Amino acid sequence: MAKSSSKAKPAVKSRGRKPAVSRDEFLKYYKDMLLIRRFEEKAGQMYGMGLIGGFCHLYIGQEAVVVGMQAELEAQDTVITTYRDHGHMLACGMDPRGVMAELTGRRGGYSKGKGGSMHMFSKEKNFFGGHGIVGANVPLGTGIAFSHMYRGNGGVSLTYFGDGAVNQGQVYESFNMAALWQLPVIYVIENNRYGMGTSIERASANTDLYRRGSAYGIPGETVDGMDVMAVREAGAKAVAAARAGKGPIILEMQTYRYRGHSMSDPAKYRSKEEVQKMRSEKDPIETLRKTILDGDHVSEDGLKEIDREVKRVITEAAEFAQNSPEPDPAELYTDILVEA
Amino acid sequence: MSIQVLMPALSPTMTEGNLAKWLKSEGDDVVAGDVLAEIETDKATMEVEAADEGVLGQILVPEGTENVAVNTPIAVLLEEGEDAAVLKNGADNAPAAVAPSPEPMTASKSVAPAVAAVPAEADYTGPTTRLSVREALRDAMAEEMRRDDDVFLMGEEVAQYQGAYKVSQGLLDEFGERRVIDTPITEHGFTGLGVGAAFAGLKPIIEFMTFNFAMQAIDQIINSAAKTHYMSGGQITSQIVFRGPNGAASRVGAQHSQCYASWYAHCPGLKVVAPYSAADAKGLLKAAIRDPNPVVFLENELLYGQSFDVPTEEDYVVPLGKAKVVRKGDDVTIVAFSLMVERAVEAADALAGEGISAEVIDLRTIRPLDVETIVTSVKKTNRLVSVEEGWPFAGIGSEMAAIMMEQAFDWLDAPVARVNGADVPMPYAANLERLALPQTKDIVDAAKAVSYRS
Repeated sequence: MAKSSSKAKPAVKSRGRKPAVSRDEFLKYYKDMLLIRRFEEKAGQMYGMGLIGGFCHLYIGQEAVVVGMQAELEAQDTVITTYRDHGHMLACGMDPRGVMAELTGRRGGYSKGKGGSMHMFSKEKNFFGGHGIVGANVPLGTGIAFSHMYRGNGGVSLTYFGDGAVNQGQVYESFNMAALWQLPVIYVIENNRYGMGTSIERASANTDLYRRGSAYGIPGETVDGMDVMAVREAGAKAVAAARAGKGPIILEMQTYRYRGHSMSDPAKYRSKEEVQKMRSEKDPIETLRKTILDGDHVSEDGLKEIDREVKRVITEAAEFAQNSPEPDPAELYTDILVEA
Repeated sequence: MSIQVLMPALSPTMTEGNLAKWLKSEGDDVVAGDVLAEIETDKATMEVEAADEGVLGQILVPEGTENVAVNTPIAVLLEEGEDAAVLKNGADNAPAAVAPSPEPMTASKSVAPAVAAVPAEADYTGPTTRLSVREALRDAMAEEMRRDDDVFLMGEEVAQYQGAYKVSQGLLDEFGERRVIDTPITEHGFTGLGVGAAFAGLKPIIEFMTFNFAMQAIDQIINSAAKTHYMSGGQITSQIVFRGPNGAASRVGAQHSQCYASWYAHCPGLKVVAPYSAADAKGLLKAAIRDPNPVVFLENELLYGQSFDVPTEEDYVVPLGKAKVVRKGDDVTIVAFSLMVERAVEAADALAGEGISAEVIDLRTIRPLDVETIVTSVKKTNRLVSVEEGWPFAGIGSEMAAIMMEQAFDWLDAPVARVNGADVPMPYAANLERLALPQTKDIVDAAKAVSYRS
């Protein structure tokens, strides 16, 4: 349940009726979250097999955030995020085969194998990356919001970043301009409690990240990011407000990543018990599964059918990613400049 | 003892101004802080305040006088008890007798002949008009904004203030605040915002008050603007121009005097332009705005006020990536860009007097570099002198030397000579700053050295 906590200017109120949720919607969120979970598990396996190289940041545990936020977007809306981006791409409707093939560095990847895990884009799906410099995507997302306003196209820019990026100076430069010009941007802070190996308490003088916009009059709200329904509800209000020209909004998603920062992270900065407790008590997929079964929306067999379908999609993506050829050596020198 | 009121310098690069208006009349009492007159420069209208008290005894420069040199006495202030009669003996106060202004603080006074030596684009034979570089840049932006609603200008003081250096004068009036946007002083943020807008298909012109401040934003210029097209497999483009003055102005110290040509030219995914003449400033800026890639457009504050013949044709566009031979010669090739073209042409004049025929090439675009024009010239002259304001290490001159080794080695009769800024942070003192920047004589000496003449 989202909790309205902005002391400065709570423009986004959590009160009011929850939107009615249909059976199809429940099942879609379940399927989308499961797709991300299974995709990331498979990516982790393939990394271990040496099929994926470089940096690879898994989204396992945080699935409810993107799936809940995506539920409220329209075709003209845009998404930009950091390097922990596989989940965002799948939630935006990008083809798992193209994402996985980019991870394996093959020509069937979204960036033809030239971007890798952190750098994928889809103009078609209005997904603007995939950025590797902590905090740098925040001004970029603010600029995309500027383009929505400039064109008057009614679009909203969803700009995701983490609790690590939140201390970057350019984030506040962006907040200032977004508030000054009332840009249609939602800053989604995915607070998974660790910026690489440094806990939020050790990095942030104040850990109420939803309040980080208060100096600029930007309303903020903290949301249970492990609960897809809470995210959806908060997202619905935020998107509606931004679309109505009320300016920027901050949503702080309280979430958790089960895996290390990247594949090479032994995660010694937190206890196994802490991780286990989150998994057993707060897992977003299990929580929704229970809601679906308790509410008699679909039977256990119905969910198993979804599990099988997701497994099939992931297997196919993994096969595609391994069979797609490496980029043609001639690709080394393409896409540097646009030929005028 | 009467006090001379001198024409003040109102900015680091001001050398002259117009005396727009006297606000005090002869015989008026004046106390320190009173506004005496209004001075108009190419950048702004400023007030001249009295520094002493007394009576305005005589106005030496009437209002409406144009091009009054800095330090010219413009009035005489009489101290208590003095009589206007003393002025009768003060013939040395008359403007006619004013000593030439001391050490020029800006580009040397030999600008005029140098400008005359540089013809407009060779293949252009249409009508031209006299425009300053400042006006040419403004016209280029205005014309491109008229033809494409996706083009907008954003930066510090570009709108209401009319540009810190008045380059954007009049644009707010014509295009309104939707398209001419004053930003907070947050280079990193507004540069990233501009790049994001470009990802989404707009065509921003991001003005930096100087490129020195763009260092705050260089991550967004390189990591976001220059690399994303490649990282996205060609899906995302950044049609964006980063422009503003680059390099040294005049005694503004180390943090405001750096040349960034080699920094940006190092990076694939960027184009880098550094024009000299107003015609090129206009034609190249129009090309840069139309180019579907990120373009770093390096201007020079000392050139803003200089005037050149500029084609009047609306669609006069100078293609990026083409150097210009601004002076033909046979004995030695001198390559330069931006303000250094002026020095190079001056050097060529001096060399001509000593029987050395120098060919001067204005690089205009640093990346992609017009290697063919340079190599063709060196195959004729067999000698190359590279001139730049920037530091020598890994500079544009270093690149010239490498290109000569790779593509013209057998034609060289002497090692490539580099004339560059001294390898030091820019000093403030006038004499030290002069020593730190390439001077005409340095170029002459280098040309003679590679010609084995002394």
